[in-house]
Amino acid sequence: MFPRAFNYHRAGSLKEASALLSQLGEGAKVLAGGQSLIPLMKLRFASPTDLVDLNFVPQLAHIREENGWVRIGALTRHAELERAAAAAKIAILRDCAAGIADVQVRNRGTIGGSLAEADPSADWATVLSVLDTRVFCVRGSNEREMPLSGFIKDAYTTALEHDELISEVRVMTPGKNSGGAYLAFKRAAPVYPTASAAVQLSLDGDTCAEIAIALGCVGLTPIRPREAEQALRGRQMSEKTIAAAVEAARAAADPQSDMRGSAEYKRELVGALLRRAMEAAARRARGESVEMGHLYA
Amino acid sequence: MLLVEFLREELELTGTHIGCDTTYCGACTVLLNGMPVKSCTIFAVQADGAEIMTVEGLEKDGALHPIQQAFADCHGLQCGYCTPGMMLSALALLERVKSPTEKDIRKAIAGNTCRCTGYQNIFRAIEAAGKTMRGESSGN
Repeated sequence: MFPRAFNYHRAGSLKEASALLSQLGEGAKVLAGGQSLIPLMKLRFASPTDLVDLNFVPQLAHIREENGWVRIGALTRHAELERAAAAAKIAILRDCAAGIADVQVRNRGTIGGSLAEADPSADWATVLSVLDTRVFCVRGSNEREMPLSGFIKDAYTTALEHDELISEVRVMTPGKNSGGAYLAFKRAAPVYPTASAAVQLSLDGDTCAEIAIALGCVGLTPIRPREAEQALRGRQMSEKTIAAAVEAARAAADPQSDMRGSAEYKRELVGALLRRAMEAAARRARGESVEMGHLYA
Repeated sequence: MLLVEFLREELELTGTHIGCDTTYCGACTVLLNGMPVKSCTIFAVQADGAEIMTVEGLEKDGALHPIQQAFADCHGLQCGYCTPGMMLSALALLERVKSPTEKDIRKAIAGNTCRCTGYQNIFRAIEAAGKTMRGESSGN
């Protein structure tokens, strides 16, 4: 399969990429890792007139800690995050990075590309929704930042203007007694998950002091089930409160039936994933080492 | 032009196979600066300045690479179509992890599993190749 003919432009900086996009108009698209865009072009679901390649822009793939924030360059590959010491401190980042698709895709796919595409089944937006995440964007010589919740607008829709690009994603390192976990279920390694659940919580003894939950693949954007969070916030983590949270999360899910499963099945699945993710997050908050990863056949 | 097309049609290195052509099967896996990538999902122009290793690069001076020898000795294939990609994923794993666990191997070739069943001989081949590369034995 071959994409339709297009013009290829290699940007030397984000500013240049933004200028090119502005000049070339709506038919132009950005090429980051290409692991979604190139298949779409080969299937001719996307036929951009021009591609602006970011892969040769220097200093766009970094992971560093600064004043409690982990700063992640937009072109950072999933595989780099999987192995980064800075990311290892936030366990949920590693759960996600190590489980996206397969080795080959993780070596190319980027965190910025994943967020900018805003596929409802993608992993990063769900995971980053439970952390304090800020998205930094560049348009011409202007820069702006926004919380992730303001960045993702709808399925495949973000706050980015046509000639605007993500430069960096910043994640606040959670405090002590905090633990997170991300669990996704997929039918095979290379495919998108059927459903996923992300949890970040902090404990004060047996009491859940703070909690953020996000559900993936069961709505047009990641879903924050606020009632599920309320069922646990300030309460003891017991069979009963966990069950109430899971029930509230199931009710908040809004899945669609498709080739990955029926809506009913996905609703059950996301509840089961959330329960396991909460248990792992609580154990991690207590300092235990728990191995998590995408579940697949 | 996609990298796989460049390798096969321009350089006539037909060892790299096109399987699904949709970023799924991994038959087209090559190493880009030592890292496995799907050559059907990267444009040739993006490999500019990079080192690409295809299955043709495994053999040296007529001698099979330990991974090739192990795949042959263990019958590490069913139809064989995925084999070039499997071997390159195996090489990337063994260069990074000297003594991989079964789980390491499963994760490393998860992007190469295709339609056949029974990857057992492929596991054995990768384990055997690891032993040879560690200098523990000269294969079977």
